[in-house]
Amino acid sequence: MLELKNLCKAFPIRNAFGRKTGALQAVDNVSMTIAPGDIYGLAGESGSGKSTIARMIMGLETPDSGEILIDGRSIHDRSDGVAHGRRVQMVFQNPGSSLNPRRTVGQSVAVPLDAHGFPRSKRPARVATLLDMVQLPAAFAERYPHELSGGQKQRVAIARALAVEPKLLVLDEPTSALDVSVQAKVMDLLTDLGRQMGLTYLFISHDLSLMRNFAREVSVLYRGGIVESGTSDTVFGHPSHDYTRLLIASVPVISAEEAALRPVIPLIDGELPTPEQLIALRQAADRQA
Amino acid sequence: MTQMSLAPPEARRLSNAYQNWYRFSRNPTAVIGAAIVVVCILAALLAPFITPYPEHVGAVVNFRARHQPPSLTFWFGTDNVGRDIFTRTIYGMRISLLLAFVVLGTAVPIGTILGLLAGYFGGWTEAIIMRITDIALALPPLVMALAVAAVLSPDLVNSLLAIAALWWTWHTRLIYAITKQIRTQEFIEAAETLGASKFHILFREILPNCVSAIAVKTSLDCGFVILVGASLSFLGLGIQPPTPDLGTMVAQGAGFLPDFWWESVLPGLAILFVALGFNLLGDGLRDLFDVQEVR
Repeated sequence: MLELKNLCKAFPIRNAFGRKTGALQAVDNVSMTIAPGDIYGLAGESGSGKSTIARMIMGLETPDSGEILIDGRSIHDRSDGVAHGRRVQMVFQNPGSSLNPRRTVGQSVAVPLDAHGFPRSKRPARVATLLDMVQLPAAFAERYPHELSGGQKQRVAIARALAVEPKLLVLDEPTSALDVSVQAKVMDLLTDLGRQMGLTYLFISHDLSLMRNFAREVSVLYRGGIVESGTSDTVFGHPSHDYTRLLIASVPVISAEEAALRPVIPLIDGELPTPEQLIALRQAADRQA
Repeated sequence: MTQMSLAPPEARRLSNAYQNWYRFSRNPTAVIGAAIVVVCILAALLAPFITPYPEHVGAVVNFRARHQPPSLTFWFGTDNVGRDIFTRTIYGMRISLLLAFVVLGTAVPIGTILGLLAGYFGGWTEAIIMRITDIALALPPLVMALAVAAVLSPDLVNSLLAIAALWWTWHTRLIYAITKQIRTQEFIEAAETLGASKFHILFREILPNCVSAIAVKTSLDCGFVILVGASLSFLGLGIQPPTPDLGTMVAQGAGFLPDFWWESVLPGLAILFVALGFNLLGDGLRDLFDVQEVR
């Protein structure tokens, strides 16, 4: 379905005069393959390059090198006349800012319909169907985003992304701006929709508990590169990389049994080390051995 | 889901409009300003029906009634050739409002479109549009209008052109600043990934977010444009006699100060009144919309 081949992207660092003084390697030689119908998780902390990968898949950023293939053809190859937006759509992190505050829900959901030449006369019916799909009443089409709750707004964003029936959906932290109680409902909705419509998901999150429950395949991203990937059970049950272990150990737990399941990480001054410290410790240990 | 959300959409729409009206009516500045503006516009539109001597608009001479002080027959008194100043003031208001609507009717759309283009596309588009704007901003409208009136002939059309040729710059700056800020928001990126056209993004996504700022700026501008128009006429470069214009009337009456004070002071108060009305309305709208960037 989706294939990334040796994807690289660096952002120039400029000084106050606009001179380039260095580069930040946001995405470093990332390759991965997502099978049709899969739910693929991309985990990593803030700044690890997750969102940059999503933006490159959506065409909002151009990769420096490497290839993005959907169904075996590059996303920059438009020779078959099918618009990029019909193959892949994205659900943004914050539904509060991804919906235009001055446009009604119905107008927002109709944007992709207009853009891809959906007949005008059938539009209200299509908007109602889409809202129904995300379990919102059709009357919501008349409302403005500020009249909706966070969860309702994110449902609208999902309906909008599904309007022209893409096969692949990029979910960029779709629940991180929502209350925990609402998160579960949105994730359930996404699971159901995925099954009904045969969607493929690329699920980007820093929330490991959520990812463990939702994703089947997982890649862990650290400083722009993939450090570990495999099935969700393998990666979370038997993490092989120090960084993955550290991430899992950082997940807050409630009970002693849960705490016992955490990977063991050497503490520095009684606290968990930063990834850099941990990797330095490991390298020092390897040199001694 | 609460009870509220089950109400039919028509009822909710009505309550939205009502809420806006309620907030507006609680704002004394906006209400007074709106009332003054409505009175001025009605007076200008209905001038032939409400003025006592509509024929005094033209070159009428009645030397027996010259320099009459305000009375029940002549509410604002008469001028040096015996024409009713109240009639001429109402007709002068007509010209002032026409000037404001024509200038802003051309300057606001041009300024808005250029601001949207510069703010959204950036790069060369931004550089070219904004540098031209900076150059135009460096010229005071009054000086430009004086130059145009001096080179061409001093009449209404030329003064309109001169003012409109510079007035768009303020709107370009305003809309440019707002667009720059809005284009970084996620809903613009969302529209781009959804495949929306540039036209859609500029006019359906960004423009609705500028409407409140445009409304505030435009109503404030009405007052300023009327003042600039009156200044031009006062200097003899705007509307030419015998067409009644508030600025011209103040200038002609000034020769008879202080004995026949009504000939310049009352048309001057009319300028003050209409400019004040638009300024109050603009300030009121700004409070209402809570717009930060204007002015």
